[in-house]
Amino acid sequence: MNMTPSPSPSAAGAAASPARHPARLPLSGYVVCMAGICWREALRFMGQRGRFLSALVRPLVWLFIFAAGFRSVLGVSIIPPYETYILYEVYVAPGLVAMIQLFNGLQSSLSMVYDREVGAMRILLVSPYPRWYLLLSKLVAGICVSLLQVYAFLAIAWFWEVEAPPIGYLTVLPALLLSGLMLGAMGLLMSSLFRQLENFASVMNFVIFPMFFTSSALYPLWKVQESSLPLYYICLLNPFTYAVELIRFALYGQFDPFSAMVVAGCAVAFLCAAIVAYDPSAGLMGRRGGPEAVK
Amino acid sequence: MMPIDLAAIASPETPAVDPAPALAIDGVTHAFGARKALDDVSLTVPRGSFTALLGPNGAGKTTLFSLVTRLYDNRSGSIRVLGHDVRREPAAALSRLGVVFQARTLDLDLTVMQNLVYHATLHGIGFRRARARALEVLESVGLADRAKDKVRQLSGGQMRRVEIARALMHGPELLLLDEPTVGLDIGSRAALLAEVRRLIAREGIGVLWATHIIEEIEASDRIVVLHKGRIQAQGSLPDVLAAGHAADISAAFLALTGAAEASGPRGEEG
Repeated sequence: MNMTPSPSPSAAGAAASPARHPARLPLSGYVVCMAGICWREALRFMGQRGRFLSALVRPLVWLFIFAAGFRSVLGVSIIPPYETYILYEVYVAPGLVAMIQLFNGLQSSLSMVYDREVGAMRILLVSPYPRWYLLLSKLVAGICVSLLQVYAFLAIAWFWEVEAPPIGYLTVLPALLLSGLMLGAMGLLMSSLFRQLENFASVMNFVIFPMFFTSSALYPLWKVQESSLPLYYICLLNPFTYAVELIRFALYGQFDPFSAMVVAGCAVAFLCAAIVAYDPSAGLMGRRGGPEAVK
Repeated sequence: MMPIDLAAIASPETPAVDPAPALAIDGVTHAFGARKALDDVSLTVPRGSFTALLGPNGAGKTTLFSLVTRLYDNRSGSIRVLGHDVRREPAAALSRLGVVFQARTLDLDLTVMQNLVYHATLHGIGFRRARARALEVLESVGLADRAKDKVRQLSGGQMRRVEIARALMHGPELLLLDEPTVGLDIGSRAALLAEVRRLIAREGIGVLWATHIIEEIEASDRIVVLHKGRIQAQGSLPDVLAAGHAADISAAFLALTGAAEASGPRGEEG
């Protein structure tokens, strides 16, 4: 994709009368539309270095400090996909990858709430392309940004002796796309339900931390089961657990079909719900008075 | 600027015998809960016309715009953009529509060019063509030299002109502007109005200009007076004067909407 094309004389002439609204939207336009949405997200992301830095520092703090401190406290026995005894850092890394995606998914939706407040969302929604496609593009853009963060984290973790087999860094990609889709769709759904940023701050507390702690990110589920059975069942019901496990297996070149199904199912469910919530005829926006009724 | 190709403006796929107006709203009612924001609203914006949608704050102007732009669904009546019903053919309607919202909707941290190119991609116009087109529309609003500046560096009036340029990127045939002069000084307001009127003369697009400022209206404009969600009067200046039994538009506006609201403070419509 040519991101900063320079105008050529011939292009200037051709653009003098932009194709006057063909009867149907051409397929190439769909590609352009998604590329444009990803391009804007990338520009905004690059403009916010602090966001990238904090997205990187957060899991690294967990890895360098928390995991190092708990290394001796928590003994991890041999459980799949691991074939030997592993350090706690190694165990916790996939969970931290999922945490990056969780934060990113909710941060993307935070930016959508912001977009709605400043009106950029309205510019997106007056595009002639179908609304589900615009939302999907927005999700894809968010996932692209999260992939950047994940690979930067994995690269640093490599030097901290969290070394997955080389092929794992490739096989984890589809898992990341799927889990990114699920967490992004969840954020999207939330952005349609919350009208203002103030509400969203508490969402971070009431969603991110509970989801993270009641999952297999920090401790294997058999350990949870030993200490508290109710907590174990909560972890089993938490879709985030399956995102973590999907990533954990994929990072070691293995496929965990059950987790994949759960994550894919949740992704589809969240996405459909978000599309319904943003649909003008069925959605909540018109019924409630929409964004500008908030003022 | 280059002379405009009139044949292209007449929209090639609609034959000349089909004079669908730029915007035709027929019998639209919209309620938020029990409150009717719009009550049986019908209005037309002919092609090549400047139609002023005049109403005090809270008259329902923004709701009307939200319905035309498909942010909300119209559950009654019909809204047609160049003959395309927004419910049945949303893509055809939205691709012919340019909007300047009341709230500022530019990305402040991106450049003027980046904002325009982003908008063009949302309409399926590729990066290369979008860039060329952006230079053209910026030229037409007199901001070609600011293309590489961050939007944040522009004045309020310049931002509005960029928003108008953006709305023109995909060559719309209907332009909606929701109180575009809010927050601008008198000079910028006059310049903006003159710019939009020039566009109508040059490109033949239909313009619906929502405002509560009577001074923005000219004798040749079409006027629609909206108050508490109902159309009070509609037509040429003489028509509206007759409806208000008044000698000038200010008196007519006061008569049709009640003095209290019209003289109220100028703020943003809620």
